[in-house]
Amino acid sequence: MYPSRFSYESPKTVQEAISLLDRSGGEAKILAGGQSLIPMLKLRFASPEMLVDINGIPGLDYLRVDPDGTLRIGALCRHEDLEFSTTLANTHPTLAAAADLVADPIVRTRGTFVGSVCHADPQGDWAATMVALGGKIVAQGPQGRREIDVRDFVLGPFANALAYNEIAVEAVIPGAKGTARGGYLKLERRVGDFATASVAVALDMAGATVSHAGCALAGVGGRTIDANEAISVLQGKPLTAENIEAAAEAVAAVAEPRTDHRGSADYKRHIVKTFVTRLLTNIAKSEQKAA
Amino acid sequence: MSSLYDEVAPTPGADVPVRRVTIDVNGQKRTVDVEPRLLLAHLLRQGLALTGTHTGCDTTSCGACTVLFDGRPAKSCTMFAVQADGHAVETVEGMGSASGLHPVQEGFKEEHGLQCGFCTPGMMLTAKALLERNPDPTEDEVRWALSGNLCRCTGYQNIVNAVLWAAKKMRDEQTQEA
Repeated sequence: MYPSRFSYESPKTVQEAISLLDRSGGEAKILAGGQSLIPMLKLRFASPEMLVDINGIPGLDYLRVDPDGTLRIGALCRHEDLEFSTTLANTHPTLAAAADLVADPIVRTRGTFVGSVCHADPQGDWAATMVALGGKIVAQGPQGRREIDVRDFVLGPFANALAYNEIAVEAVIPGAKGTARGGYLKLERRVGDFATASVAVALDMAGATVSHAGCALAGVGGRTIDANEAISVLQGKPLTAENIEAAAEAVAAVAEPRTDHRGSADYKRHIVKTFVTRLLTNIAKSEQKAA
Repeated sequence: MSSLYDEVAPTPGADVPVRRVTIDVNGQKRTVDVEPRLLLAHLLRQGLALTGTHTGCDTTSCGACTVLFDGRPAKSCTMFAVQADGHAVETVEGMGSASGLHPVQEGFKEEHGLQCGFCTPGMMLTAKALLERNPDPTEDEVRWALSGNLCRCTGYQNIVNAVLWAAKKMRDEQTQEA
């Protein structure tokens, strides 16, 4: 399979990349990891006139935590950089749990976190974690930078809020105010498959009490499902079996699964409920151990 | 039958954007003119006649086309050759020779880590990268690292044995040197 013909640019600065996008008038695409884009080009789902390869731009591959706990992920930070991070599990356990479930190990050496969120696949893992954690995308264009809440950024399947002359240069994820607890569970038919159903949970704990709860789902709707409101029933409460059951019910109710070759709608909703229960029960157990 | 490479290889006089790239392939600098949409897998196979890199699914799923890109495994069907400009690519041809096998290659031989052999180059390169990062992996870690490489003969057990064999051999060699 071959993409249609395109011209190729490899700018050395973000500014240069933006001016290439600006001049293209909407006919250019950014190439970062390429692990979604190149298959799309080969299948000719996309046929841009120009690819702007940002891999040669120095200083975009960072993964760092600000003093206030905010995590910043540069546009060229690869999936495996998150997978092999030694600190992520402490600061952002939801991301750490998802990191080795994204695609397969070889794809993870090239694919990028930010690119995956931009790709806005309804089955995408990172977009779900971003929604659960209240993340933002930093877009840079000719007029400067703006921050876009991920819930306003992912518009629908394969559609994001970037203007044609903007680049997503960074993902920004707030740190927990109390103790960060969270996880990610994904049902897939085989390694590298997209999620049949997956659940991201991110909790902020103040002692035994949930001070903030975030949740999002992938694979069970035409877009990343924002289940933050559903899981907010946990707010201000301890993780008792009763509260966990109520949260799992509430989250499963907002899933929008469809029956397809990966399973029936009922089955997928059941998986969501099971995963929420499992994630929250695991957190409750580890809290008890810690106490 | 003309190959995909012939179809996208630049023909003189054609109005096609072409880039001159220099790639370190198995330690040798190779300079070639490529059309941007030429896949790295096809440059290696047809352009440079390094047919050890196999193209299996052509859809980023099987890992047969895995090469080491600056030392890390990458699917060469999901990269453009032009992206390799100024970078190092290692293929199975660079791993060893018939008279001087890489320990990973020896392991595949000793443990019968292949049946049809189609997935083998990708498996061995992924294994080599694993052992560079983790010289003493558990069986689970080997399986996890190889989970992006599919073997349709389903000979996984012997592949895992081969990698563990190679890991031990490489550790023993290290100890002897020390």
